[in-house]
Amino acid sequence: MPAVSKGDGMRGLAVFISDIRNCKSKEAEIKRINKELANIRSKFKGDKALDGYSKKKYVCKLLFIFLLGHDIDFGHMEAVNLLSSNKYTEKQIGYLFISVLVNSNSELIRLINNAIKNDLSSRNPTFMCLALHCIANVGSREMAEAFAGEIPRILVAGDTMDSVKQSAALCLLRLYKTSPDLVLMGEWTSRVVHLLNDQHMGVVTAAISLITCLSQKNPDEFKTCVSLAVSRLSRIVSSASTDLQDYTYYFVPAPWLSCKLLRLLQCYPPPEDGAVKGRLVECLETILNKAQEPPKSKKVQHSNAKNAILFEAIALIIHYDSEPNLLVRACNQLGQFLQHRETNLRYLALESMCTLASSEFSHEAVKTHIETVINALKTERDVSVRQRAADLLYAMCDRSNAKQIVAEMLSYLETADYSIREEMVLKVAILAEKYAVDYSWYVDTILNLIRIAGDYVSEEVWYRVIQIVINRDDVQGYAAKTVFEALQAPACHENMVKVGGYILGEFGNLIAGDPRSSPLVQFNLLHSKFHLCSVPTRALLLSAYIKFINLFPETKSTIQEVLRCDSQIRNSDVELQQRAVEYLKLSSIASTDVLATVLEEMPPFPERESSILAKLKKKKGPGAVSAGELEEGKREGGEVNGAERPGDNAAIASTPSPSADLLGLRSAAPVSAAPVSAGSLLVDVFSEAGPAASTAGVNDDGFLSCSSALSSAPPSVVSEDPAPPLPESDELLNKFVCKNNGVLFENQLLQIGIKSEYRQNLGRMYLFYGNKTSVQFVSFSTTLNVQLKPVDPLVEGGAQVQQVINIECLSDFSDAPLLNIKFRYGGALQNLSLKLPVTINKFFQPTEMSSHDFFQRWKQLSQPQQEAQKIFKANHPMDTEVLKAKLLGLGTALLDNVDPNPENFVCAGVIQTKAQQIGCLLRLEPNAQAQMYRLTLRSSKDTVAKRLCELLSEQF
Amino acid sequence: MIGGLFIYNHKGEVLISRVYRDDIGRNAVDAFRVNVIHARQQVRSPVTNIARTSFFHVKRSNIWLAAVTKQNVNAAMVFEFLYKMCDVMTAYFGKISEENIKNNFVLIYELLDEILDFGYPQNSETGALKTFITQQGIKSQPQTKEEQSQITSQVTGQIGWRREGIKYRRNELFLDVLESVNLLMSPQGQVLSAHVSGRVVMKSYLSGMPECKFGMNDKIVIDKQGKAGASDEAGKSSGKQSIAIDDCTFHQCVRLSKFDSERSISFIPPDGEYELMRYRTTKDIILPFRVIPLVREVGRTKLEVKVVIKSNFKPSLLAQKIEVRIPTPLNTSGVQVICMKGKAKYKASENAIVWKIKRMAGMKESQISAEIELLPTNDKKKWARPPISMNFEVPFAPSGLKVRYLKVFESKLNYSDHDVIKWVRYIGRSGIYETRC
Repeated sequence: MPAVSKGDGMRGLAVFISDIRNCKSKEAEIKRINKELANIRSKFKGDKALDGYSKKKYVCKLLFIFLLGHDIDFGHMEAVNLLSSNKYTEKQIGYLFISVLVNSNSELIRLINNAIKNDLSSRNPTFMCLALHCIANVGSREMAEAFAGEIPRILVAGDTMDSVKQSAALCLLRLYKTSPDLVLMGEWTSRVVHLLNDQHMGVVTAAISLITCLSQKNPDEFKTCVSLAVSRLSRIVSSASTDLQDYTYYFVPAPWLSCKLLRLLQCYPPPEDGAVKGRLVECLETILNKAQEPPKSKKVQHSNAKNAILFEAIALIIHYDSEPNLLVRACNQLGQFLQHRETNLRYLALESMCTLASSEFSHEAVKTHIETVINALKTERDVSVRQRAADLLYAMCDRSNAKQIVAEMLSYLETADYSIREEMVLKVAILAEKYAVDYSWYVDTILNLIRIAGDYVSEEVWYRVIQIVINRDDVQGYAAKTVFEALQAPACHENMVKVGGYILGEFGNLIAGDPRSSPLVQFNLLHSKFHLCSVPTRALLLSAYIKFINLFPETKSTIQEVLRCDSQIRNSDVELQQRAVEYLKLSSIASTDVLATVLEEMPPFPERESSILAKLKKKKGPGAVSAGELEEGKREGGEVNGAERPGDNAAIASTPSPSADLLGLRSAAPVSAAPVSAGSLLVDVFSEAGPAASTAGVNDDGFLSCSSALSSAPPSVVSEDPAPPLPESDELLNKFVCKNNGVLFENQLLQIGIKSEYRQNLGRMYLFYGNKTSVQFVSFSTTLNVQLKPVDPLVEGGAQVQQVINIECLSDFSDAPLLNIKFRYGGALQNLSLKLPVTINKFFQPTEMSSHDFFQRWKQLSQPQQEAQKIFKANHPMDTEVLKAKLLGLGTALLDNVDPNPENFVCAGVIQTKAQQIGCLLRLEPNAQAQMYRLTLRSSKDTVAKRLCELLSEQF
Repeated sequence: MIGGLFIYNHKGEVLISRVYRDDIGRNAVDAFRVNVIHARQQVRSPVTNIARTSFFHVKRSNIWLAAVTKQNVNAAMVFEFLYKMCDVMTAYFGKISEENIKNNFVLIYELLDEILDFGYPQNSETGALKTFITQQGIKSQPQTKEEQSQITSQVTGQIGWRREGIKYRRNELFLDVLESVNLLMSPQGQVLSAHVSGRVVMKSYLSGMPECKFGMNDKIVIDKQGKAGASDEAGKSSGKQSIAIDDCTFHQCVRLSKFDSERSISFIPPDGEYELMRYRTTKDIILPFRVIPLVREVGRTKLEVKVVIKSNFKPSLLAQKIEVRIPTPLNTSGVQVICMKGKAKYKASENAIVWKIKRMAGMKESQISAEIELLPTNDKKKWARPPISMNFEVPFAPSGLKVRYLKVFESKLNYSDHDVIKWVRYIGRSGIYETRC
C-alpha cells in the first residue's frame, strides 16, 4: 500500500491538535473546538467547492473532535464524497470517518454502499481492501444485506490478489458473526474449503478462521476440510524452518497457521480414513518430538510460538481421546512443564492436565505427577495457578489417593485465598464423601473442614454429614464421640454447634456410658454454646434438648429449668418462644410412651444426588463437572404440595416452621405431623422428611390438594367439630358438574357464590360469602378438610367477602372436599358443611379426534373394568341443544359425525392430574320414546370411568 | 470541622496541603483529584462525597481550593470560610493564580496556621491578620513588647477587629451599595423570576473607637417610625420610599442584639475595607433593561434574529459596560450582523453573538438584527434555544435601597459626626439577567 509521504501531512490538523493539547483547562478546550467547528461549518457551507485536500483535512479534524467525545452532526456528506476520490489518502480518511461515525441513516447508507460497490468492482487491490475493511468495521446488518452475496465471489475468484482475498475472508467472517442468516455459502463451500490449498500462507491463515467458524455451525458441509487441513499441517510441520520465509517466526514455521489448523481439527472427530489419520498422528508425534529438541533460539518468542503449537496439539489429542500412546506422551510433556520456570506455562500445563485426567487412558499417567501438583498448590505464588492445581487435584482424585489428596487440600485450606475457599470446601466435602471407604474417616474429615473453614461451609455440606450419619448405623457412635470432643474446644464454629446439637440429640445415648460424657456433661457442653449462636441454631438446640429428655430422663428437670427461664419462654423471637413453650408442655404433660414416639430417632434419608455436587455445579456453571461424576439420585416420587391427608384436619397445627429448603427439594410443606411441633427437629434439617413420613403410602386412593393462595398461617384451630355435611350437599354438587360458576348454597342468612376456572390439572376457585341479613356475622371462619387462607372474620350486614382457593389435582379422586363454615349470627353459632364443587371432570382437556381414531381407541379400552355403563331415566326434557351444552360444560370435546347414529353423542377428553393423564371416551345414547338414556364411559383408569358415570347419570 | 485543606492547580497537582486532623490521610488528596478534577463528567456539585469523606471545593480561575472533612460539618460555614480565605489571600498577594501561590508558599502556610486551628476557623479579619503576619520577611527591628501585647489584647479581646489608638488627620468614610440583579423573563416580557442580592461595603478611616449607626429605607423601620410619628405622613412613607428586605447578614462588628430589638444597625467599624452587610430582595425591583427578542426561522438553513433593548431608568443616568449575548445554533455556518449602536460580533468559540455598547442613557432603546446561516445536519434534534443574557452596570440600586444616614459618634476624641467626610455610591450590576427567546 502506498505510504503516506511526509509532504502529505496536514499542517492545519497538526496545529489544531497541538492547540488542543496545550489548552490549560476544559473550558479553553471547548472554546477552541467550538471555534474550529464553526470554521469547518463555514467551509462546508457549499458556497465554493473544496478541493480534496481540504475536505480530507476538515473531515480529519471532525474525526479528531468526535474522538475527544464531542457530538458531530455534520460532515458525513463530505466524508462520503471523499470515498469517490481517486487518491488513496483521501479515500482512506473517508472510509475511516464512515467506519467510526456511521449511523443507520438511510440516505447516507445508500450512498456509502454505492461507493463501496464501486470500489469492490474497481480491480484496484488497495481500494478493494479499503472497502472490505470498511464493511468489516461497520459490520451492520444493512452492509451484510448489501454485500453478503458479493464477497464470497471476490474470495474465490481466480484473479483476485492475495491481499484482497485475505481481507475478503476476514470480512466475510465478520459478517457471518453478526448476521449468520444472511451469509449463505451454498455453492461456494467447496471452493472456500480449497482455499486451504492456496499458495499464499496469508490467504490460508485468513481463510482458516472463516472455515473454523463456518464448520462449527454446519460441520457436515465442511467435512472435506479435514483431509486438506491434515495435509497442510503435515507440510508445515515437516518443513524446515527456512522453507516458509516470511511466515517463519523465530525459527518456528507458520505458528499461527498451525494453531488454527489444529483448532479446526478439534471441530471434528478423528478422521476415518486410515491414511489421513496416520498422517495426522505422525504430525502430532512430530510436534511432540520437536518439543523435546533443544531450542533454536533463546528468545522468548521462539519458545512461545513453539509451545502454542504444542498446547493446541495436546488439546487435539485430548479431544480425540483415542490414542493412548499420544495421550501418555502429552501427559509426560505437560509433566515437564509443571516444573518450568514460566508461570504461564505451569498454569497452562495444569489446565490441560485437568482435562487429561478425565480420560481413561491418561488418568494413571496424570496421577504420577501428584507430588508436583501438591507442591504447586503449596508453593505457587500466583493464586490462579494454585486454583488450577486444586482443580487438577480434584480431577485426579480416585479411591487410591483420596486420603492423601483430601488431607493436602485440607491443609491448604488453612492458608488458601479467600476467594476460592468456598469452592475448595465443597470439593473436599465431595471427595470425602465419594471416596470414603471408612465412614469414620469421612466424619473426621468433615468435622475438620468445619473447624478449619467454618465460615465457608455452606448449609448443604453439614446437612450431608447428618444425612450420612443417620443413614449409617456403624458411624453413629463414632460421630457422637468425635463431635463431643470437637465441641470441647473453647471456640467452635456455629456450623459445628449445629452438627453437634443434631448428632448428640439423636445419638447422644451411644456415648452416655462414659462418665466423661455423661448426659449432663453433654447437655452442659451444648448449652454453654447456646448463647453465642444465632436464632436458627438456638432453635435447633432447643429441639436437641427435648430429644435429650427422651434419651436421658434424668436430665429432664435441668432441661425443663432451662426451657422455663425467661430468656426462652419469653424470647422475643417467635420461633424460639414457641418451641420453648411447646417443648416444656410436651415434657411435663406427655407420658414417656408418647415422648418416645414423638421424639423417635430419625428415619433414614432417601438416597439422592448429593446436594453439594449440585451446588458445586451451580457455582462453576454447567459443564464444569463431567457427566460421569454425577450419580443421578432418584427423586422422591410423591410431592406433597402443602396438602394434608383428608381427615387430618384436626392436625392443622400452628407451627409455621422455618421450612428451610435444605436438600434442594421443592417441599415447602407446612409442618404439622404431630399435635405439637415435636417433629420439627426433623424439619429443621430435612424439611421434606416430616410430611413425607406422615403421608407415606397415602396416595393410593388419590386425593386432591388445595393450597391457599398465600401460605400464611392457617386460622386458629376451631374447637367445635365441623358439622356433618348437609343432606342436600350432594345435590348441590351435581349442579356444578357441568358448569363452573353459580350459587352454591343459599339460606335465609347466607349466600355462597362460586366462580371457578380450570386449566389442565390446576384450578382456582373464588368463593363469595354474602351476608343476606343486616347484622354482621362475627367470628366467621371457613375450614376445608384441606387448608385455606383465612377469610375476614367479620362479615358486615349486606356485605360480601371473597376467598380464593387454588386447586391442584394430584391424581384422580372421587370424593369432593368438604367446606365447613362457621359464624356467629347474633349469639347463635351457625355451622355449615358443604361439598366443594370440585369434581374430577373439571380437569378435562377436550380432545378432538376423527371417527376412525375414536373407534380405534374405543376398542383399545375394551377390558370390562375399563368400561362403566348406566341406563337411566331422563330427569329433564330431552332437548338436543341442552344436552349439547351440558356435555360441553363437562369439559370434553363433543365429536360430530363420529357415531353412525346422529341421535347419539360422542365425547372425548383427557383428565389432567399431576401424576398422570387419563383418557376418557363417552357415548350417550338417548331414547326419546322410552325417555331413557344409555351412558357408556370408557377410561384408561377404572375408578375414573365409574365416578364419571355416577356424576353424569344425575345430569340428564 | 475541617480536617484538611488542599489547593490544586488546573492539572490537579497539589500546591498547598495542610492537614489539621488525623482522620484525613494523604490518599484524600488523590481521591479529590481523581474524582473531581480529572472526572470524566464535569463535577457541578461543590460538595462531593468520596468514601465517607466530604470535599467542599471552590474554584478561582484555574485554582481549586478544597476543604476536606470526615465529620458532619456545616457546609455553609465551610464555604464561608473558603471565600474568606480567598479574600485574605487576595488582600495579601493579589490575584489567586498558580504563580502567586507558588511565590507565597510560606505565607499561605502561615496564614493557614493562623486562621484555622484544629479545623476550627479563627480570626480571618485581614486588618487584624496584617498586624502580625507580615509580608516583608522578618522586620529588622523586632516589635516592641508594647506592640506585641497590643496585638495580643486586640486579637483575644472583645473587639478583635479593631485595635486601639488609631489616628487620622482626616476622618473619612466611604460607603458602597453594590447590587446584582438577577432576572429570568419570558419572550413575551413576563417576569418569571427576579431577585437582587446586594452588599454594603465600607471603607472607614476613622480615629479612635468610633460608634457608628447606619440607617436605610428598610420597610419595617420606616413603618414603625411612620406609626410613631405623625399619622398623616404614614400613607406617604410606605410605598416606593421603603423596601422589603427578605434576609440579611452582617459583619461580626454589628451588634445583633440591637438589630433584633430595635432593628438599628450600630457597630464599631474595623479599620479599612470590609463588608458591612449582605441582603436580598425580591419585591418591587427596578429592572434597568428590557430585552425584546424576535427569532424567526426561515427554512432549514436560515435564522433571523432581531433584539431590541430598552433602558428603563432616569434619562439623566448612564448605564455602562452593556453586553448582550445572543446564542446561536450549533450548526451556524455564517452570521451577518447590523446594529445601530455599539459593536456586535459573532464569537464562534462561544456559539454566540456578542453585542457591546459602552454607554447608554436611560429611557432609550437600541436594536440589533442578525441573519444566521445554518448548515443542514443529520440530527433531527431541535435547537434548544438558550436564553439571551445581558451584562451591564448602572449607577443606582435596582432594589430601591437608599442610605438614610450614617452617624459616627466618638466620645473620647473631639470630632463629631459633622467632621467626618462621608462618600456614598450606588452600583447596580447584572447577575444572571436572561430573557428567553
